[in-house]
Amino acid sequence: MVNNAATLGRSGVHDFIIIRVAGINLALYAIFLLGFFLTNDVNYLSWKSLFSNLGMQVFTIITLLSLLAHVWIGMWQVLTDYVKPVGLRFILQLALNAAAFSYVIAGLVILWRV
Amino acid sequence: MKKVFSIYRYNPDVDAKPYMKDYTLELEDGSDIMVLDALILLKEQDPTLSFRRSCREGVCGSDGVNMNGKNGLACITPLSHLQGEKIVLRPLPGLPVIRDLIIDMSQFYTQYEKIKPYLINDGKEQPAREHLQSIEERDKLDGLYECILCACCSTACPSFWWNPDKFIGPSGLLHAYRFLIDSRDTATDERLSELDDAFSVFRCHGIMNCVSVCPKGLNPTKAIGHIKSMLLNRAV
Repeated sequence: MVNNAATLGRSGVHDFIIIRVAGINLALYAIFLLGFFLTNDVNYLSWKSLFSNLGMQVFTIITLLSLLAHVWIGMWQVLTDYVKPVGLRFILQLALNAAAFSYVIAGLVILWRV
Repeated sequence: MKKVFSIYRYNPDVDAKPYMKDYTLELEDGSDIMVLDALILLKEQDPTLSFRRSCREGVCGSDGVNMNGKNGLACITPLSHLQGEKIVLRPLPGLPVIRDLIIDMSQFYTQYEKIKPYLINDGKEQPAREHLQSIEERDKLDGLYECILCACCSTACPSFWWNPDKFIGPSGLLHAYRFLIDSRDTATDERLSELDDAFSVFRCHGIMNCVSVCPKGLNPTKAIGHIKSMLLNRAV
């Protein structure tokens, strides 16, 4: 049993479930947006009306949170493989998680304004 | 027929760093021998050349080496299976080299030890004479018990290269599943609890190098998939 607190989940299986559910959500969001671009004449009005919909706003927020979870666990896995100096790994992980957090906050602020 | 070999040489007592040395072996035309036989002939030329071997028939798992970039057992790999002008022989990658083709397998064995590779039975349901298995229960062990611990799979696995101290590795996990699925073992839950962290099992990303190199034709990735399913079933 290897203990580790730096990842998001409480256990290996918890991480495994979170990263996959988040990944599926990210894929669904990407497919939905692709479908929207292919089936609509995309302009300011149609874009604004899409994001004015409460369902779309919730979907977007869930997707941003999924992105945060996916980045947190995924980058932790990559960094623990390839970056062995602990100090450097800590700084990189902090920077990447901060960036992912910023995306969530920025996304929330943008959606709030629509 | 001439065969040229390029062999990894390193004696830490003498050499500042490892180097590749070329050897030439004269063989009868049309003949084909195993890599281990070639190594034994080369050792006659150069007695300082070091490698492990024992049973010479793919049972003991002593002579795992990297041949032309792919891990395998020297004793059951014919020279005719190795292409190219030169046959390049290196020690199994990822573990410390003791000398020439001999590696220090301590980390590999430490991971094997972690999975408690023996039957654990709480004795609550003692049979009158012995623990019998049905044919179906015994069938579940096929494809698992045959592992000979040659380390070809674990030393071909990038996840094991990066975290040999934390990731159990394909061989250890194949053995772990062999005891998890054994009808006579009663410590399934404790075994799963020991494996439920972010490294021991879940560092396997299904690269499948282990399946590609296993000289016994086993499938550690499939066993690891079963362990993940057991952990998921327990958690959800």
